[in-house]
Amino acid sequence: MIKEYIENWSGEVNTLVIGATPEEGGSRRFSVKIGGERTLPFLFKEALLPFKPVIAYEIWDIEPIDWATALSKYYGDVWGNTLEWADKLIREYKAELLCLKLAGAHPEIGKDLDEIVKLLEGLLKKVDIPLIIIGCGDVQRDNFILPLCSQILKNERCLIGEVNQDNYKTLTAAVLADGHSIIAQSPIDINIAKQLNILISDMGLPLERIVINPTVGALGYGLEYTYSIMERLRLAALNNDRVVASPFICFVGQESWRVKEATTPEKEFSRWGSEWRRGYLWELITAGALLQAGANILVMRHPKAIEKIKEYIDKLYEFKIN
Amino acid sequence: MFIIGELINGMYKNVGQAIRKRDKSIIQEIALKQIEAGVDALDLNCGPLSENPLEDMCWLVETVQEVVDKPLCLDSSKPRIIEAGLKIIKNKAIINSTSADLEKLEILVDLAKRYNAKLIGLTLSSKGVPQNKEQRLELAAEIVAYCSREDFSIEDLYLDPVVLPINVAQDRQRDILDSIQEFKVISEPPPKTIVGLSNISQGASQRPLLNRTFITMAISFGLDAAILNPLDNELINAIITSELILNRQIYCESFLKAYRKR
Repeated sequence: MIKEYIENWSGEVNTLVIGATPEEGGSRRFSVKIGGERTLPFLFKEALLPFKPVIAYEIWDIEPIDWATALSKYYGDVWGNTLEWADKLIREYKAELLCLKLAGAHPEIGKDLDEIVKLLEGLLKKVDIPLIIIGCGDVQRDNFILPLCSQILKNERCLIGEVNQDNYKTLTAAVLADGHSIIAQSPIDINIAKQLNILISDMGLPLERIVINPTVGALGYGLEYTYSIMERLRLAALNNDRVVASPFICFVGQESWRVKEATTPEKEFSRWGSEWRRGYLWELITAGALLQAGANILVMRHPKAIEKIKEYIDKLYEFKIN
Repeated sequence: MFIIGELINGMYKNVGQAIRKRDKSIIQEIALKQIEAGVDALDLNCGPLSENPLEDMCWLVETVQEVVDKPLCLDSSKPRIIEAGLKIIKNKAIINSTSADLEKLEILVDLAKRYNAKLIGLTLSSKGVPQNKEQRLELAAEIVAYCSREDFSIEDLYLDPVVLPINVAQDRQRDILDSIQEFKVISEPPPKTIVGLSNISQGASQRPLLNRTFITMAISFGLDAAILNPLDNELINAIITSELILNRQIYCESFLKAYRKR
């Protein structure tokens, strides 16, 4: 019989906690742990993989612009009210992690600062699960709004983002002061991912409080580039390069639902079949591939895709032996 | 690359004195400085003038591991001194070193196995230093064969081709570099390779330049580890850059700092 080949890795991925319970100074009912891997995804025989990848439900502070009808079917009744939307996700879909995108803060929409503050304060009271907060993507506006969010959420140990190579100082300082972790975004570029981690940690935020967003592409849209970047970063981490030993966050929903294959109605392309099924499968398959590349947090949209990917993770974790 | 700091050695005047006076602070300071420079392990050697090497080695181990939790490399020609150190080391130990002589291998491979230590094997014997690469390869093969027979993990074996000073053995340098590559084909998995770097420049001028040029070349021949002076900043920079060019580290703008932060 051929001897089973077991690789002995010397490094491990950083463990990161999202959410602080009352004993830890926050108000979350529980916290979520990610990272800690000592081998590549799901190779349970080789070494310890202590924590399952987690799914964060994506919600917005405004009624989402251009989300597919396949999604409005599930959330259309609540997405005009963020608090009710969040509540529904927790009660009906058993969400354990929420990712709030402050899309309304964008200058083109121009949501009032007071409204954002009120929303966050309301959210803190309404839901008691760990939170991820994402800006609107406009650098100036995010540099203004996100430090404020960081302050309101002080001690709740949130994950806040995003920063990039040209704009990281303002938010890093805020996150450092308020006890959160940060999302470092790089444009499918391994060298920039590494450099950004150095820049952030030079400001005093420990490497253990950084999550890398390697930027993903959906199935058919550069998924394999992301995959190889994530794999290479993870191999370096397992070979003891502490600088890149960060867990990954992947915005699967956002990428999957903007490709035509996910949303084009059947009546336009009859050979593609029902868009109701096709859309969530596109998100599901993209998520599945990224799990194999080492994703730790998947930010997703369609409840059925989330249900299936959770089943898939649970199934694989039945092989966990340590 | 696996870097072992060489500066805790009794042949250096300040270290020799500190050992005699049992001055912990000097030893610990040198240990921490080397760690800060990015070493993976520390070599401990009581020096040739030690009157009581067994006690000195134990004192060094205890003193260093009070402040450092990296692997320690026990550097002595006497197995009983190495064993005394192995008994009290809390972290991983490296035995420095055995030769290819059977009577040495018998004792030191057994110690390495019992204490779960790594082992450095010098490719020389009681007959002396090999005269060419064929002899060197033969000695390397003898060490590997003995370790395999005794079930000692070859991945924990570091073969040292024994670097000779440039001013007395200029015509042997190419052979030594070739050997680093050839040691790798002796077995599967291959043994690791190591050099005591400072030998290359012993008694020569331009020592730092010789050291960093040799290590750069040795790395490109596949070298895995070296015992060296980690406080030579340019030397460490040359190592980092060599590894980068060989794609062993991910490039980023601050690659020198990134390596030291690992």
